[in-house]
Amino acid sequence: MTSMITNCSFYLSILTYIPLAGFALILLWKKEDTKGIQRVAFWTTLIDFLWSVPLFLHDWSTGGMSFVEDIPWIESLGVHYKFGIDGFSALLILLTTVLGCIAVFSSYTAITHRQKEYYAFLLFLQVGMLGVFCSLDFVLFYVFWEVMLVPMYFLIGVWGGPRKLYAAIKFFLYTLFGSVVMLLGILALYFWNTEGIPQIGIQGLHNAPSFDILHFHKVAELMPLDLQLWLFFAFFLGFAIKVPMFPFHTWLPDAHVEAPTAGSVILAGVLLKMGTYGFVRFSLPMFPKASTHGTVVGLMATLAIIGIVYGSLVAMMQKDMKKLVAYSSVAHLGFVMLGIFALNPMGLRGAILQMVNHGISTGALFLLVGIVYERRHTRMISEYGGLSKQMPIYAAFFLVITMSSIGLPTLNGFIGEFTILLGAFAHDWRWGFWGALAIVLGAAYMLWLYQRVFFGPLENEENKKLKDLSGREAWTLIPLVFLAFWIGIAPNVFFRMIEKPVDTVMDALSVDDATPHTRFLAERKRAGLVGKKGAVAPAESPSQPAADSSPAAAPSSGALPATGN
Amino acid sequence: MGDFNFLLILPETWLSIAGLVILLAGLVFKKRREGVLITASLCAIAIAAFLVYALARKFGADARSGFAESIVVDPFSSYFKFLFLGSSFLTLLMSRRFLERSSYTGGEFSALILFATVGMMFMASGTDLITLYIGLELMALSTYVLAGYFKGEVKSNEAGLKYFVLGGMSSGVLLYGLSLIYGTSGSTNIAVIAAKLGADPSKLAMLGIVFVSAGLFFKVAAAPFHVWVPDVYEGAPTPVSAFMSVGPKAAAYALLARIFYNGFYASHEKWVGLVALVAAFTMIWGNVAALLQNNVKRMLAYSSIAHAGYALLGVVAFDGKWGLSGVLFYMLAYTFMNLGAFGFVILLETKGYAGETVSDFEGLSKKHPIAAAGMLLFLLSLAGIPPTAGFLAKYVLFAATIKAGYVSLAVIAVISSAISLFYYFRIVAAMYLKEEKEFTETISPTRALSFSLAFCALMTIVVGVAPGPFLEWARASLPAFHR
Repeated sequence: MTSMITNCSFYLSILTYIPLAGFALILLWKKEDTKGIQRVAFWTTLIDFLWSVPLFLHDWSTGGMSFVEDIPWIESLGVHYKFGIDGFSALLILLTTVLGCIAVFSSYTAITHRQKEYYAFLLFLQVGMLGVFCSLDFVLFYVFWEVMLVPMYFLIGVWGGPRKLYAAIKFFLYTLFGSVVMLLGILALYFWNTEGIPQIGIQGLHNAPSFDILHFHKVAELMPLDLQLWLFFAFFLGFAIKVPMFPFHTWLPDAHVEAPTAGSVILAGVLLKMGTYGFVRFSLPMFPKASTHGTVVGLMATLAIIGIVYGSLVAMMQKDMKKLVAYSSVAHLGFVMLGIFALNPMGLRGAILQMVNHGISTGALFLLVGIVYERRHTRMISEYGGLSKQMPIYAAFFLVITMSSIGLPTLNGFIGEFTILLGAFAHDWRWGFWGALAIVLGAAYMLWLYQRVFFGPLENEENKKLKDLSGREAWTLIPLVFLAFWIGIAPNVFFRMIEKPVDTVMDALSVDDATPHTRFLAERKRAGLVGKKGAVAPAESPSQPAADSSPAAAPSSGALPATGN
Repeated sequence: MGDFNFLLILPETWLSIAGLVILLAGLVFKKRREGVLITASLCAIAIAAFLVYALARKFGADARSGFAESIVVDPFSSYFKFLFLGSSFLTLLMSRRFLERSSYTGGEFSALILFATVGMMFMASGTDLITLYIGLELMALSTYVLAGYFKGEVKSNEAGLKYFVLGGMSSGVLLYGLSLIYGTSGSTNIAVIAAKLGADPSKLAMLGIVFVSAGLFFKVAAAPFHVWVPDVYEGAPTPVSAFMSVGPKAAAYALLARIFYNGFYASHEKWVGLVALVAAFTMIWGNVAALLQNNVKRMLAYSSIAHAGYALLGVVAFDGKWGLSGVLFYMLAYTFMNLGAFGFVILLETKGYAGETVSDFEGLSKKHPIAAAGMLLFLLSLAGIPPTAGFLAKYVLFAATIKAGYVSLAVIAVISSAISLFYYFRIVAAMYLKEEKEFTETISPTRALSFSLAFCALMTIVVGVAPGPFLEWARASLPAFHR
């Protein structure tokens, strides 16, 4: 059955355009029939999710790109309609379809006006997100990258909070600024590959015109360092704003706080991942010399660490729950960036897994905040307290997700953070130190939030009338909790998906003296060294036994220091 | 000498005669017969387009010149002629209701549009400074009158007068420059001028180039020669503003390209810095000033200034395959998206100058979702968001700029393009996000207006999604010199 689906030569196009069909259907639907519209939207996302399930069952161990579609699009410019994915993109596609489904399902009661437009935009957004992860041509990628912004603008602007106008345009402008600079980078890359730009001293390769991402992966080593640095920073601006990295993060709290719940879920769950996806898919393999350049790595790590510490500290001080979760995203994504720029397999694997983890746990946190907001129309922490008595099931879900977010073993956050820490220590013990500190800070603000909202006396009269989770609300959370446990207990199936993509990136990065093999040996050696220090790092998190097993587990390639073994 | 091949100017001749007949018919008809006159003009334009097509088919990629080398029919001129005829056609379709509602007769209006079109066609075809100048003046004089067409409206009078005074002055500057060029090269023929000026023109010739540039920058509305644009666009009847922002602008670019890419070819390193400076200034000024506008027509005027700046990038790049074909492609995309955006202002204009402030758009999406969606499409395209025509048009020009090595200019271009999103989205926000105010006006577009808007929308999407054939066409239309 699944092979029948995956043998289809337009598998990815169908995956991407299923929501577009739903979008069109909703546009034709009668405005008054809101139930019908909800049903169409839900079934569309569900079908899209089911269509994406074979990706999970697919054998990703062959490496390279699968499900490739390649049709010339604008021949005079060398632009192709080229889709193709590896295990890494597949993982993010699965995250997108799952969250897409949940986003629709969670909006039934939260959105009460202009429902037709709302679900139409939500589905349109999904087209853009899936397109970004599927594209293997720069122009196509850029088209989807920008297409995404329009529905998100409307989701924030129409169904958002009191400062929605400001937040929506800020989100749009910020992201656009980054991406237009990236566009110039793409153009420079194109001309470098063809005629060159002699006026500014760029010698061309005189290849056929192409925007093929895989082609640029191949020729990456031919690019001189100074050009790599320029292009790295052009792309960096596009991705760093999206992540968002430290000085570019200011759009995020506004967008998150004002967006409707489903918008926040998608924003945190998928849109932020596009930045980190961009770093792993484009920046590292295409500009390996720049990415491994000491100054660049130092700068990236510094920004990532500032993001972690700053994000955590600011999160701690928030009075608004949603803002707290938003700032925690800055910290978590800083952690992911740290893992990426550790530039070793461990860090990269951890970073990729942590992208998914963050999507799950932060997505769930936004859902949870949305649930009480819908009841009380306030997100102020001070308005709550003692909720565990009134809403025990809600409190239980919140607890699990909190634990997942702060990295408790047997939950997903632990696996991601721990693997990143291994990578960070292998690179530089100070990185590991800051990373470990982040876990402590993360635990602090999340637990404090939990304490203030759920424990203590139930004093506020209005809170005494609160109803516990409805069945539908529970069902929006159950899949995420299930995934959190699954990744926490048996992460190997996920690690297997990203094993080859990570190896590919690592191969691309070994540019200097080292061949991939010697590089790998050096990696083993370092990982061995790390084991002793590694035992110190997770001491802050209750993970001693797993840490002890890491020296043995880490060097054997593929196997991971998971608690699952 | 003396190659009086009237076949070459058959479309122009036909259109001039048709214009005269329509002008007379407008006087002869006792009752107001705008419908008939406009329909007749539309037919005349369609026939002219067919004639252009027939000539283009006949000559293929060759360039045929005649009238003592002062006229040329080549793919380049044919491309622009199609564009002019298309924009005049769409403008006339959009104007009928507008004219009927006002108290002015339609015969002159249609005739003036036709005369302006003839002028523009000569601007695209001319290879002699005199011919080009006469074409330019024919176009300019017709548009001066059109801008002041609402005789009873102060704003329209102001627009007409301002445009006339400043336009006359700029024509003087241009003419002065042309005379200097003639004085130093001894010829008015562009090919001869190119040969005489060479790579290192004399100081006097450089002065001439500067004056010619200033005159042309005025016509394309590049900063700092742009100050007339907002006032004129605001005051002129909206269909006229729509027309001025596409047809005459594209014509000025055709002229600019012909002179710069051909006449001043060899010395391009000497003047390119000047154009680059003007382009940067135009993009920044246009986009920043547009941020402050509350009147949609003024906003679109500043936006058209900014777009003139983007198109100048194609001249700066000085590269046929990317730069010049980029200008051609840009003009095509810009014609549809800008006419579309102005078309919606016409649509909302139920009485007088109503429907012009941003707040007039408030709540449009609720009452007229299709109209709001159409306007959204054009605004997205103007802002350069894919997958619309505006994105690819900008894309090619930015590529040309990068290829020519003007990285900082390209950065200015993309940043100012990102800024432009802010003001375009003020209208979007008014249409979709502001829900306090009900949209009270009922809008009932004529079939012609709906058709032209739908056509512009369709083209904006088609050129954005399947730009291949249009890009090919633009590249095939480069003058022989640059292919």
